[in-house]
Amino acid sequence: MNTSDELLKIHNLHTGFRIKDTFYDAVDGVSLTLRKNEILAIVGESGCGKSTLATSIIGLHDPNNTRVQGEIMFKNTNLATLSEEEFEQVRGSEISMIFQDPLSALNPLMRIGEQIEESLKYHTDMSKVKRNERVFELLRQVGINRPERVVKQFPHQLSGGMRQRVMIAIAIACKPQIIIADEPTTALDVTIQSQILDLLIDLQDETNAGILLITHDLGVVAEVADRVAVMYAGEIIEEAPVEELFKRPKHPYTRSLFNSIPQMNAHSGRLNVIEGIVPSLIHLPRTGCRFAPRISWLPDSVHEDHPTLHEVSPGHFVRCSCWEVFHFKSEIGGTTS
Amino acid sequence: MSFMQIKNLKVHYPIRGGFFNSIIDYVYAVDGISMEFEKGKAYGLVGESGCGKSTTGMAIIGLEKITSGSIMYEGEDVTNLRRKRNNLFNREIQMIFQDAHSSLNPRKRVEHLLAEPIRNFLRVSPKEEQKKISELLEIVGMPEDAKLKYPHEFSGGQKQRLGIARALATNPKLIIADEPVSALDLSVQAQVLNFMKDIQSEFGLSYLFISHDLGVVKHMCDHISIMYKGRFVETGTKEDIFTNPHHIYTKRLLSAIPNVSPKGREKRKRERIIVEKNYQTELKNYFDHNHRVLDLAPLSETHFVAIANGVSVRGNNS
Repeated sequence: MNTSDELLKIHNLHTGFRIKDTFYDAVDGVSLTLRKNEILAIVGESGCGKSTLATSIIGLHDPNNTRVQGEIMFKNTNLATLSEEEFEQVRGSEISMIFQDPLSALNPLMRIGEQIEESLKYHTDMSKVKRNERVFELLRQVGINRPERVVKQFPHQLSGGMRQRVMIAIAIACKPQIIIADEPTTALDVTIQSQILDLLIDLQDETNAGILLITHDLGVVAEVADRVAVMYAGEIIEEAPVEELFKRPKHPYTRSLFNSIPQMNAHSGRLNVIEGIVPSLIHLPRTGCRFAPRISWLPDSVHEDHPTLHEVSPGHFVRCSCWEVFHFKSEIGGTTS
Repeated sequence: MSFMQIKNLKVHYPIRGGFFNSIIDYVYAVDGISMEFEKGKAYGLVGESGCGKSTTGMAIIGLEKITSGSIMYEGEDVTNLRRKRNNLFNREIQMIFQDAHSSLNPRKRVEHLLAEPIRNFLRVSPKEEQKKISELLEIVGMPEDAKLKYPHEFSGGQKQRLGIARALATNPKLIIADEPVSALDLSVQAQVLNFMKDIQSEFGLSYLFISHDLGVVKHMCDHISIMYKGRFVETGTKEDIFTNPHHIYTKRLLSAIPNVSPKGREKRKRERIIVEKNYQTELKNYFDHNHRVLDLAPLSETHFVAIANGVSVRGNNS
């Protein structure tokens, strides 16, 4: 993979929140690379820091109570150090975001047309007529058949799937190079979800944007992602191309996650359960393997003192050495039907 | 033999407006569904948001007024008894809610929360009550000292277990579970589902499992009904629905579910497009002129599909 394809390079990112004058890192030393024309999925359970990672990249956190350290390199600038004014040039035009809940992300008092036009007005010097044309074009692109009607409507007049389409239209309005989609389909029904996911893939084929997809749904990951990073307690514990990860997950946490999915095509038996709970931000041990308390039957000697990511096969990284003691009979990951 | 039968259940909400705020139309939230419940079995109710699946659950337990239809419980018509306290039906049908956090009173300790259903339905001395509470906590796998804690001190999975403990307090026969695991993380969801299966076999419980997640329903249920616009489009055993779906809506729903395997995803995408196209072209064979789902017609002893009599279902590339 040559380096000119790299859009976004995150190196050793720490994002901490202030709790009583101490900063606790929710994202703790994450390094990631997003390439052109790729969907990189970040998977993890609630509280693992995946959404914090997204808001750090796009600079949407509260500057008084958050601390961002490390490098987020985009076009030779470090986004982590930009001021709010400088960030406004990037946000919406070169990096844009799709939120989970379109109803609360859209302005209820503005017509759909104006909302899409807004970012064009701010970031481009198109004329009014050109902007209107572009709005119609965008709405058609996201699969809305009668744009002339929709532009005059308010968000509450649209269904959930339509609203999410409008959100996507806003996100792609200025042809951004990076789209961050934070749980874009979690609030939608499965039939609408599949339509929106198909739409995202089609749009990516047209624009060659890099998409950072944040989700907890491994099914969604399997359908759309090219590469996957699994997060646990603020760290990336496994990173691999999607086929590789679903075929040969290495880290015990990843394996457990797969085994706890009630699968459509598997026999109903008992589901796998991970012992213990996700540690809270304050009580998180900052040294050693963070997953160790949940596989407590293993001796300390199998863990590394300072776990790092190891490349076990090309492009497949696993943190800590504890995965080596697990022997599994067969490869997991669903069968094709 | 089934212990409870629901016949032609309807829940219609009036839409008011116009002159003198009179009733101008109705929302047909639940529009004529029939079900039977047998001991020890789990029934799944699946559908998209707004299809009326939660309303069905609410109507059965008596949190929602029934427009017409009847509910027979142990041979007795309980349709109008449901809203009265202290009858057998209210005691033996219990509910688990989606959001355990908001269904537990934040200002009461666990022992009060668990004592509430016991006090409502059983006449026991305070000592026996305490014993019963300890038993319940043991069943749901929580320590004795949880008694004196408040709901906010527990994690999401633990709160959901407290909700289940409350439902179990009165030795129910049927538990209506409305999206019990939708708000939980994957690993916690697995814990709760395993646990629900355990108590099912231990106490011979029946479940009405309301969910939009077909994976979860398939894992838990023996019998599945697919709902759309207040009516059943297809009902049958798990095998009937998953290996032999007949209604175009069921097919569309099944094709939309993400598969946990990246292999062959382009193929699945193409299939989805074909199914969607079929759905649009064959609408008129499956819905009447008001876009209402047709009546159920039997395909086999257990499998019922909403199709017009005489329409050949084999013709459309099933």
